[in-house]
Amino acid sequence: MNRRQFLGGLAVAALGSTGLASVQTQPAPRDKKSFAEPTGEERRRSRILNIALRTHEGKEVRFYDDLIRGKTVLINFFYTHCVGEALCPITTANLVKVQELLGHRVGQDVFIYSITLDPHHDTPDVLKKYARGFRVKPGWLFLTGAKDDIETLRRSLGIVDPDPARDKDPSQHIGMVRYGIEPLERWASCPCLSDAAAIVKYLAWMEPEGKRPSPWPPKRPGASKG
Amino acid sequence: MKIEIVTSGRKKKEKQAERYMQEMRDIVKAGLNRRELLRMGLVMGGAGAAALQGLRNFKPYWAHADGGVGFHSPPNTPFVDPLPIPFTMQPVTLNPAPTKGPNPVSSAVTGFRETARPDHQRWEQFLPVEMYESVEKPVEHDFYPDIDGVPPSTIWTYVEASTGRAGPLWIRSRYGKPVVHRVHNALPPDNGGFGINQTSTHLHGGHVASESDGGPTHFYDANLFKDYHYPNVRAGFASNVPESTLNGRTVPGDVFETQGFLWFHDHRFDFTSQNVYKGLVGFYTLFSDDIHLDTGDETSGLRLPSGEFDIPMVFADKTFDPSTGKLFFDLFNLDGVLGDKYSVNGKIQPYLEVKRRKYRFRLLDGGPSRVYEFFLSTGQSFIQIANDGNLSPRPVFRRSVRIGVAERIDVIVDFSDATVGDRIYLQNRLEQLDGRGPTGKIVAPADLVEFRVVGDAVDDSVVPVTLLDLPDRNVPIAKRREWKFDRSNGAWVVNGAFFDPDVISAFPKQNTAEIWTFTSGGGWYHPIHFHLEEFQILSRDGAAPPVFEVGRKDVVGIGENAIGNDNIGETRVFLQFRDFLGDYPTHCHNTVHEDHAMMFRFEVVP
Repeated sequence: MNRRQFLGGLAVAALGSTGLASVQTQPAPRDKKSFAEPTGEERRRSRILNIALRTHEGKEVRFYDDLIRGKTVLINFFYTHCVGEALCPITTANLVKVQELLGHRVGQDVFIYSITLDPHHDTPDVLKKYARGFRVKPGWLFLTGAKDDIETLRRSLGIVDPDPARDKDPSQHIGMVRYGIEPLERWASCPCLSDAAAIVKYLAWMEPEGKRPSPWPPKRPGASKG
Repeated sequence: MKIEIVTSGRKKKEKQAERYMQEMRDIVKAGLNRRELLRMGLVMGGAGAAALQGLRNFKPYWAHADGGVGFHSPPNTPFVDPLPIPFTMQPVTLNPAPTKGPNPVSSAVTGFRETARPDHQRWEQFLPVEMYESVEKPVEHDFYPDIDGVPPSTIWTYVEASTGRAGPLWIRSRYGKPVVHRVHNALPPDNGGFGINQTSTHLHGGHVASESDGGPTHFYDANLFKDYHYPNVRAGFASNVPESTLNGRTVPGDVFETQGFLWFHDHRFDFTSQNVYKGLVGFYTLFSDDIHLDTGDETSGLRLPSGEFDIPMVFADKTFDPSTGKLFFDLFNLDGVLGDKYSVNGKIQPYLEVKRRKYRFRLLDGGPSRVYEFFLSTGQSFIQIANDGNLSPRPVFRRSVRIGVAERIDVIVDFSDATVGDRIYLQNRLEQLDGRGPTGKIVAPADLVEFRVVGDAVDDSVVPVTLLDLPDRNVPIAKRREWKFDRSNGAWVVNGAFFDPDVISAFPKQNTAEIWTFTSGGGWYHPIHFHLEEFQILSRDGAAPPVFEVGRKDVVGIGENAIGNDNIGETRVFLQFRDFLGDYPTHCHNTVHEDHAMMFRFEVVP
């Protein structure tokens, strides 16, 4: 096979069919089901909820249409009065570092969304104070909404614990940040408290023209933890 | 009076809140992490907690657990299509010829250049004898039989460059014949819903140099290729066992490290589950005719069932979108993905015509998250001969065999007592409800493969009394390390730390042995996979491992229902770091967990 033949078109290669079965009596063929053939755009839209949310600036937005569609995003869940080990503020602090590292891109082609797990308490006003407290820059929205909607949104983004008792504990849902390039349908996630520089790297690795990891071991050895 | 109190209280709270925010800003400025903060007691006490507590009492409302959205794939008619027998790849002459460093010349097949990579280690010592070439690309594939009227799905898989045959492909290689596998990445940026067109092909189980290991951060982009160098030499050859002898033949390395059943799959960081689910899976077997052992010939060596009677099967549960009929992957799942359709070598519930004789089935759990416990519908036993593709000391007769993701078990199944016309089923009976792992319950069977007994065939194979002894563990232990796999606020941690691509967590010295302890909290099952060498399990919660785990493995299940219904909190393994240098990962092979950073890296240093 030469190069042109190879690259031309998709090889519709059936997986092996050895065995040479004597044809078995099989049920009569069903009516061919008519399956939908959505466009890429329709498929993308079907994957992400388009619920109404309110930003810390008091603006009403639609999750998919206004926040996700066509954008590169980082999404986490939190609540402002998450005390205990104070994971939420530290997470927010870590994302502040991420925002700094991403620099001018935040607000242009990269957006950060922090969605409250306690919308009843975290009104736009409370969120605004919180954002101001962290000196959050534009391009990062803190979001609240109807509690059932947010609950559905959380589940739809896979921020769920399979143990129902643990699932009721909001502190189980604040550990991961999701990042995605929506137009390319590339989605992944990592712990919110990963090194901020690492989070920025993971995002860049996903981007078609982003920076790539070195194929050599890292020059800066970490402490042996084992 | 009352109003005053409230007012002053509010002021106080606001003041506290401001102090708290200042504290947080200082934290941001100082770049402290959570662990340091906790050590300093900065956050737990102090004004912050009180201030935020004071804003309003927290009242959780998480009362309704709706169980999420469940998909039901379009129905399938079972046992219509035959089990696909993987194509054996044919050796080719690579053009340009492979080189020690990245190839300066573009490929004559695709026009792609080779990706940046370190030079091949031990290249001159193991110049390639057999070369294979494949291209990762989209292929239209039918998981369902025609009769179901479900349209094909676009999968991404390895396609043999010289023939255009699609996966799962099968490289059958031999000890003493080093291989180069050239893998072109011709995947498109449009993923059709999931996956990424960047890949790193890991030879799972391979004793290979770091640059050919296919580690998660060693991926490269579309329109590039990479040459993976597999020396096909036994571990120990450059260290404590330069050569050894079995059946009158002397070969480099330790004959007791001889391997058999490996597989290759994509390992791109964060995207392994998506890309493997999409079809980037292949088989790699190693025959050891050089020492008259596992020869691939029923008339020599161990005389195991061979040729057309030696069949690898990769089990992968899938979900298909009921509205489109297309392969579906839940991108927004952190716990583990379960499918409602069982595919085997890419077909849902296929059949296999068998003769009244012995077969060798090499069973591989291709994930992403399901654990299987196989039974035969006749109640007859499997004769297990290998664990994770490595011959066991002796055959073990087992009524059922369980494998977690990436684990392999080779079994001999003897159909000689069957009658022509019999239908015998390979079944899974292990209950699993979610990504946490199996419940441990044995439930009503799901039939995965239908064996149709069709006639007789000569059977020169035997079930040997003994197979292959274990390598000597009587070597000095250079270091002991402990690795605790845990979950913290919905995120995976190893020894309390999150994965960091710039951090190497251990620096074992080349040609030394260590003992590692893997531990896990309850509630979850994790198949832990170690790259570079096969290890031996020393203990399971302090007790000797069960007989079927006495062997050489590269995956060990820990945690909930790791063995039967037992939660195995602690597993000790003996492992060695021989012959090669460089970085390798150790990680959970529930590929969804692995994609959420349940991983650490070590680097073998001189």
